[in-house]
Amino acid sequence: MIEDVRTELMPAVGGAGGPMPEGGEGYSSGSVWRLILAVFLENRLAIVGLGLIVFMVLFSFVGPLIYHTQQVFNNPNIANLPPSIHHPMGTDPVGYDMLGRLMLGGQSSLEIGFAAALIAVGIGVIWGATAGLAGGVVDAVMMRIVDAMLAIPFLFALILLGAIFTTSIPELIIVIGLVAWLVPARLVRGETLSLRVREYVQAVKVMGGGSGRILVRHIIPNTVGTIVVNATFQVADAIIFVATLSFLGIGVPPPATNWGGELSNGLSYYYDGYWWLIYPAGIAIVLTVVAFNFVGDAMRDALEVRLQQR
Amino acid sequence: MFGYMVRRIGQAIIVLIGVTIITFILLHLLPGNPVRAILGTRASAIDIKQLTDQLGLNKPLYVQYFVWVSNLLHGNLGFSYKLDQPVASLLAQRIPKTLFLVGSSLILAVLLAVPLGMLQAVRRNKPDDYVLTGLSFIFYSMPSFWLGILLIVVFSATLGWFPSEAPQDQFSVFSQLNGMVLPVATLTLVTLAFFSRYTRSSMLEQTIQDYVRTARAKGVSRRAVLFRHVLRNALIPVITLLGLSLGGILSGAVVVEDVFNYPGMGLLFYQAAVSDDFPVLLGVTVVVALATVLGNLIADILYAVTDPRIRYVS
Repeated sequence: MIEDVRTELMPAVGGAGGPMPEGGEGYSSGSVWRLILAVFLENRLAIVGLGLIVFMVLFSFVGPLIYHTQQVFNNPNIANLPPSIHHPMGTDPVGYDMLGRLMLGGQSSLEIGFAAALIAVGIGVIWGATAGLAGGVVDAVMMRIVDAMLAIPFLFALILLGAIFTTSIPELIIVIGLVAWLVPARLVRGETLSLRVREYVQAVKVMGGGSGRILVRHIIPNTVGTIVVNATFQVADAIIFVATLSFLGIGVPPPATNWGGELSNGLSYYYDGYWWLIYPAGIAIVLTVVAFNFVGDAMRDALEVRLQQR
Repeated sequence: MFGYMVRRIGQAIIVLIGVTIITFILLHLLPGNPVRAILGTRASAIDIKQLTDQLGLNKPLYVQYFVWVSNLLHGNLGFSYKLDQPVASLLAQRIPKTLFLVGSSLILAVLLAVPLGMLQAVRRNKPDDYVLTGLSFIFYSMPSFWLGILLIVVFSATLGWFPSEAPQDQFSVFSQLNGMVLPVATLTLVTLAFFSRYTRSSMLEQTIQDYVRTARAKGVSRRAVLFRHVLRNALIPVITLLGLSLGGILSGAVVVEDVFNYPGMGLLFYQAAVSDDFPVLLGVTVVVALATVLGNLIADILYAVTDPRIRYVS
């Protein structure tokens, strides 16, 4: 029990996060990266997660350079073949090689995931930091807008926007980004509230630094830990959202593909026994999302330690 | 306490007004002309003018907004021309079904998540904790439609224990309970994964508090500390999570209802999206947002009731 308590007080980081430079200057943005590095070296799940992410990126983007497949023309002669030497993961109903298809699907799943996370976090940071720094009426109005939009559950908002905008990949990315920015906006606003009363921000004000400078040079860099952690979860969520929208038939239209689309297309052939159309794509989604969640969890734990040490 | 509740309810009302404004803006972002959508492309100019006047679409936007909101307040959520029914009566048929699905999944998830999360916290970093953590990560990271279909494959197609489709009739939910097993199980598993992870970390957070050390030091048994002190405090955030996660669970219900063809509000919403039935889309959105805001409100008030510290901070 006692040992449990001790490890709980100093989780994950161990010695690396321990002694801080004197004066408690443990919160420069440099130390965030040091801390994150320390977490990765200590936390096996985070390493597994990071390894999986690197593998999936290489598989999707470098894979097609090594494993050449034809993904343009239909070829009914080789439709629905089970896995064999020529097609390690079989072929789909229009004769595409499934391994090559999986790589292509991975490209757009990961691209959409990263791009949507970037948009969401980008809007969220600017919105949250501005609201937090401005305070007063501006803050109240900006955050009530966030509250009101958050009241519409994510999937409902996505389906609603998906019904309004006809979906192509760029539109899908924007739609997901437009729905997902609310949470980072709240997080960053919360941190800004505690950052803006710090001495160094006061000092910048005294020296005549404007709000824009405080925001860009001092507030936002100090929220980077929160942002990175949230962005990691955003990628995972976006990949699931895209898969779900594809399943609901509101996703990316046919010539383009993604893991979710492959999974849901494959499902309609399940009763024909074409299992190879389903499991690879489904497993790829789960592995990738689990990987991002592992990494995000580990970084959040590290960050919480850092916040406690402030 | 009273002051806190009044403030919090006031906030909820402001958020709801915000929701109606956002929904109204979406209504006007919609592509195409609603009158043409109703009358078809070959309608005469006079018919179009007449219906435009009748629907009040020639009035200024803010007037239209107030008309729409006052209709909402009177329970008039619009009319679905696709289904030829008022949206309110469609919702009246569908909401009880979704409530049953969401409610039973939520109750099951909490009943299972609390003991599981406790077990994980007590057996922290032991093999059983790792296995349960791994499982909850997988369920949490799995698209819920795929989980539902895997359950169909195993328990319906292979074992033949449960039907793959949920009961369809208005009153058959209770008489054909075995049809509800797989939909409820899917939504429960997705929710359970999240709740048990939360219970685990909430328990762990409590075990490092000073009162635990004090209780142990004065000789209270580990079991008594766990059940009488730690669990009680750890459950407070879990209870509030119930209200906060309502939106997420309703999202899950959309997918589950679609997989199992369960005629609830989620399926109605999805079919409306596919057939561009915008009155239904917006009506469901308003109702769902209302439910989410109420969930958050109840969560916050419960939090303040169970933990007096909250009231004084804000």
